[in-house]
Amino acid sequence: MLTKRIIPCLDVRAGRVTKGVKFKNNIDLGDPVEMAVAYSDGGADELVFYDITASAERRPIDIGMVAAVARTIRIPFAVGGGVSTTADMERVILAGAEKVSVNSLAVRNPEIIREGAREFGAQCVVLGMDPVRSENPACPSGYEVTTRGFREFTGMDAVEWARRAADLGAGEIVVNSVDADGTRAGFELTVTRLIADAVPVPVVASGGAGEPAHLADAFGVAHADAAIVAGMVHTGDWTIAQIKDELAAAGIPVRRTW
Amino acid sequence: MKEQTVIVDYKAGNLTSVRLAFDALGAETLVTSDPEAVRAAARVVFPGVGAAASAMANLRALGLVEAVREAAVAKPFLGICLGMQILFEHSEEDGGVDLLGVLPGRVRRFPTVPGCKVPEIGWNQVKGLSVEGVPDGSEFYFVHSYYAEKGPCTAGVTEYAGVEFTAAVRRGRLFATQFHPEKSGRLGLAVLKGFLSC
Repeated sequence: MLTKRIIPCLDVRAGRVTKGVKFKNNIDLGDPVEMAVAYSDGGADELVFYDITASAERRPIDIGMVAAVARTIRIPFAVGGGVSTTADMERVILAGAEKVSVNSLAVRNPEIIREGAREFGAQCVVLGMDPVRSENPACPSGYEVTTRGFREFTGMDAVEWARRAADLGAGEIVVNSVDADGTRAGFELTVTRLIADAVPVPVVASGGAGEPAHLADAFGVAHADAAIVAGMVHTGDWTIAQIKDELAAAGIPVRRTW
Repeated sequence: MKEQTVIVDYKAGNLTSVRLAFDALGAETLVTSDPEAVRAAARVVFPGVGAAASAMANLRALGLVEAVREAAVAKPFLGICLGMQILFEHSEEDGGVDLLGVLPGRVRRFPTVPGCKVPEIGWNQVKGLSVEGVPDGSEFYFVHSYYAEKGPCTAGVTEYAGVEFTAAVRRGRLFATQFHPEKSGRLGLAVLKGFLSC
């Protein structure tokens, strides 16, 4: 049986992994490569790295870090942040990342999804999206896509955008919630489920994981195929193995030998 | 001098992870599109992701079809993902594509089943795989929309979307996997190590 994936997310700022709450109050957590090894050895199914300051500083992603991670771990990982052209995507993929994540860039230029999928395969192109609950009549799902770290509203319906991105060739969609991000109060289940049920590609729940029951809900209630964890594992409150034990006890298929 | 493991580059996806995984095992590798290098190789790795039709077109354009066919029957040979599928006779991808025909059998698309996304992406159990250091039923990392039907060379099976399909094949010194051993952690490395020692 295909198992549900648990994916630690590492926010990288100036070569260090950091963690903030709602994009503020960043604290230093450690070295990206060392943390990647620890999570890989600890049973993480995949990793995602966001170079969170690359876009704001208008610089490309830190390829040296991507290559160092690829040399060291043998599980898939995705990279996002600081990717603005297919040439950037290519550098990340040739450095050894399995997937590249695009978010605000794809809203400005949806063709980047099509071009990336055509050049590298759909499985390499991940669309990250930041939907927020909205009364905007242009958003019948009740959720609107935002960009630039939830600061700008786009007028785009979240479910429509997810469908369109999958049509363009996105191989996977990460639904990140600002309402839940960093709060560890549980995933935004409603919008995750709306999108998971609407698109033919896997959906990853992101933002809000605080305890194993939250992941159980992401899989069982919101139909996600994978879930991102950050604070709950970075702080040491939970290990990946503990999360998987709890999920297995709840009847959710997870990978337990590694 | 160590025996050279040739990784065939036929412009079907990124080979970095495959090369890095063999590096981690201390193998001497050469990534090449040269048919003569494939003929001279001690071992051949045949990876690949993407569409079968364009992969077959690339193999023809690069003059690699015969060299790969010969290697697949004559020397230690490891196919990975699309590199496994292409060894069969025919795929229903892109309205129908004739493949290398090294192994008997067909490649089909997963049926549409509620709750089962296509492509299958993630870690799934493989049953019946006989590789040293790998417990039966271990999970490996898959990314694919098409699968090879079970056949006489099937050496491991996996279930998805209501289908039990070929996760690995073995015939003589040919071994091939639908999953990605290079991305399947410690157990994936055990599969690659098994290939290097055969």
